[in-house]
Amino acid sequence: MLELVTQEAKQPFRKRVEELQAVTIRFAGDSGDGMQLAGTQFSISSAIFGNDISTLPDYPAEIRAPAGSLGGVSGFQINFSANPVHTPGDRVNALIAMNPAALKTNLPDVEPGGLVVVNSDAFTKSDLAKAGYTDNPLEDEALNARYRLVKVPLSRMNAEALAGSGLTAKIVDRCKNFFALGLVYWLYDRPLEPTLRWIEEKFAKKPEIADANIRSLKAGYSFGETTDAFAVSYRVAKAKIAPGRYRTITGNEATALGLVTAAKKSGRTLFYGTYPITPASEILHQLSRYKNFGVLTFQAEDEIAGITSAIGAAFGGAMGVTGTSGPGMALKTEAIGLAVMTELPLIIINVQRGGPSTGLPTKTEQADLLQAVVGRNGECPVPVLAAQSPTDCFWTAIEAWQIATRFMTPVIVLSDGYIANGAEPWRIPTEAEIPAIEVPTPQAVPNEQFYPYARNADLARPWALPGTPGLEHRIGGLEKQNITGAVCYEAQNHDKMVRLRAQKVANVAKVIPPVEVSGPPSGDLLVIGWGGTYGAITAACQEVRARGRQVSNLHLRHLNPFPANLGEVLARFKRILVPELNLGQLLLLLRGHFQVNAIGFSKVQGKPFLMSEIEAEILRLLDGE
Amino acid sequence: MSTIPSIPLDVLKPADFASDQDVRWCPGCGDYSILAQIKKVLPKLGIPRENFVFVSGIGCSSRFPYYLNTYGFHSIHGRAPGIATGLKIARPELSVWVITGDGDGLSIGGNHLIHAIRRNLDINIILFNNRIYGLTKGQFSPTSELGKMTKSSPFGTIDNPIRPLTVALGVEASFVARSLDVDPTHLAATLERAARHKGTSFVEVYQDCNVFNHGAYDYAADKSTRPDNVLYLEHGKPMIFGKNRDKGLRLNGLRLEVVQLGNGITEDDLLFHDEAAPDGTLAYLLSQMRYPEFPEPMGVLRCVDKPRYEALAHEQIAQAKAKAGEGKLDDLYGEGDVWTVN
Repeated sequence: MLELVTQEAKQPFRKRVEELQAVTIRFAGDSGDGMQLAGTQFSISSAIFGNDISTLPDYPAEIRAPAGSLGGVSGFQINFSANPVHTPGDRVNALIAMNPAALKTNLPDVEPGGLVVVNSDAFTKSDLAKAGYTDNPLEDEALNARYRLVKVPLSRMNAEALAGSGLTAKIVDRCKNFFALGLVYWLYDRPLEPTLRWIEEKFAKKPEIADANIRSLKAGYSFGETTDAFAVSYRVAKAKIAPGRYRTITGNEATALGLVTAAKKSGRTLFYGTYPITPASEILHQLSRYKNFGVLTFQAEDEIAGITSAIGAAFGGAMGVTGTSGPGMALKTEAIGLAVMTELPLIIINVQRGGPSTGLPTKTEQADLLQAVVGRNGECPVPVLAAQSPTDCFWTAIEAWQIATRFMTPVIVLSDGYIANGAEPWRIPTEAEIPAIEVPTPQAVPNEQFYPYARNADLARPWALPGTPGLEHRIGGLEKQNITGAVCYEAQNHDKMVRLRAQKVANVAKVIPPVEVSGPPSGDLLVIGWGGTYGAITAACQEVRARGRQVSNLHLRHLNPFPANLGEVLARFKRILVPELNLGQLLLLLRGHFQVNAIGFSKVQGKPFLMSEIEAEILRLLDGE
Repeated sequence: MSTIPSIPLDVLKPADFASDQDVRWCPGCGDYSILAQIKKVLPKLGIPRENFVFVSGIGCSSRFPYYLNTYGFHSIHGRAPGIATGLKIARPELSVWVITGDGDGLSIGGNHLIHAIRRNLDINIILFNNRIYGLTKGQFSPTSELGKMTKSSPFGTIDNPIRPLTVALGVEASFVARSLDVDPTHLAATLERAARHKGTSFVEVYQDCNVFNHGAYDYAADKSTRPDNVLYLEHGKPMIFGKNRDKGLRLNGLRLEVVQLGNGITEDDLLFHDEAAPDGTLAYLLSQMRYPEFPEPMGVLRCVDKPRYEALAHEQIAQAKAKAGEGKLDDLYGEGDVWTVN
């Protein structure tokens, strides 16, 4: 273990710089320690520097769990690389642990020999006890042998850096995440400017806080430079990224932007009716800022009013959207049926989290697929799309609106906590490159009877809007007479209407693109996934192929209806592996639809797949174990 | 393509609001009268027919939209206020009506009802109160009187009834009124005032279910007993009732009491109705009056001006556009730290 020395005693010297291809680091601390902020800033700086990145925020459901407790640990993991990255990284190369609880809960994920930087000031008797340590782990020889442990008296050094600032000890201590961030910036040769800029903007009205945070950040950086606790710093070269303008974006941010875009491109007002719920609330926060885009956000009294208000807005001709997570989805179920029956365009976004019931509010899962596809009373078909990455949420939202308006149907969009909170670089599109969405508004024709349930070639009915003279009509949840839309309980009519609604949704398959296979077009093993597992599956399959083994993979965006060529593609493979963060829901659908020999691979731990987990499963199958 | 113009407002008449659907309420149902009065009121409002939207939930009353030739939405149980809210926010120029019942509005949809009222959107909520579940064939409702024997309460109900007007006043409704199905003149006048009020109008209509709860309101409906059991509210007038208009309401401390006029008690000793009182205390006291201890108030209990949700929502948008200009997607995409890869 290296001893710390004071800066004055050493002349700055040139340290060794080591080149790395990719690094995964994790900031971990108490939920009040500002780890999400530090992680986000590190991500943006890395992306601006030119790395490809993928992030995994992991925070407790409690806003302020008891300080120092294991349950209160908040973490933020970033994988930054000189090559394209698909996941936030399997093994942590460097952990920054702000207290004993953070060390205890995160150490198992650190690679042997990995760097562990701890705030040694936080390893007090009481905090050690709260973390369940009987002995101080920093003095544990085994731990010191297994990892490169660096003890930094971070609280004290941060306080020294801010001596004379006039701020209270409490506020000074809150700046220590910037000290830690500054140190890590030095360690990985990151630019400080993006964070300096952010601090100045964020605390523009509190210059003394801005100044303190800047001093902490720079002090952390200088400490890295001068201390001999770190003999080496690292550099991860810029990745080869397609030319263009970039920013980082989370899935929820991308969803919000996609919705605003779709509204503008279709000339409809965006109405977002919703009720706050983790992890979907950021979509509401984001959209509620876009007043000058004419966006109407409505924070309803409950989940049901969230969707019914969106249905009401849709009846009025607006782009009705509601967003939620699992428990809220359950509450909206009856209203989704109403939207199916009234054949109104609507988008329902489910940012999935661990279930059932309240489940794991801040953890990710993919266990709401069957709920989305079949979870309603009656024969109640709804197109279902799933976004596969943070940036893909943007395009998924736009496509959902295209389908909803063309086919006059509610559309369910599945996201999940992992991609909703995770960030990656986004090549910024231009408004001009996004095609318009044509949505006709019917007008009455003289001497022609208007029929609200007459259908076009897609089987969509007209979206006739209140305020249009001559098109007055009534809709509702009771079964409709074909064409006229009048209430009708007649047996043959019901049979006909059930089939018409089913066929209409099946028709969506005619406009969605065929699935494409990565790797050999046919063979022994196809890995098929959906939603947020895209990164881990893609990376795993690339890895297996790089080893010279044969495996193919495809990723589904359309879960209902399936792409028209899916059955034919599946038939080209002997075996099909379906990794899912549930107990086999896509598996059930694939077996049911295509009678294929599919094998499930499940994980339900509230965490995304590691690339290595999928890779190991593929190799296990290929090796015939 | 030529289109169909609006029916000119000066020739719009009740018959223009009749739809082609057969009305399917039980013969003798109080709903017929309410339908007839609404058809009478709509042409008077100066609103084109295509700008009316009637939204309902589930229950006998909620079939209402099918019988009007306007836009209509027969939704799901209890949720009409949610649908009406979204519609009104998206399309403030429409005249939006919610038709609900005591079960739909106060039981399964109670939450939506109170929140719609407190937001004070410019919508009209008409609650048909027959104190029974009709469409499910005769179970007690949240307004059924304590001890009522029904199919689902063979030994009598054990839950306290809810008072619709008190609920509305509890969330500070800007317009609260009550009327009666068999009093067409009063009903039409009340509905018209509700329609003209800017803000959420909440109207409770006593309605007879002649199949499952016939005669529930006989005390107020029967012309011989009505004068003694009903207090017609008139703004600025003393609260007098009775066959001989010889009884009145007086405030005694924090309580209302019925007094006999004469013997030194004059009109000046009585309460004068003030529907526009800024605080809702008087209206609340009136809403608590229940037969047989008190005459039950009919007419407008409260009518005040308050900010409307949809107006505020659109004002915020207008202000944001005035300040920041019409939003440009390219600006939005490029928010935050942006870098260029060559």
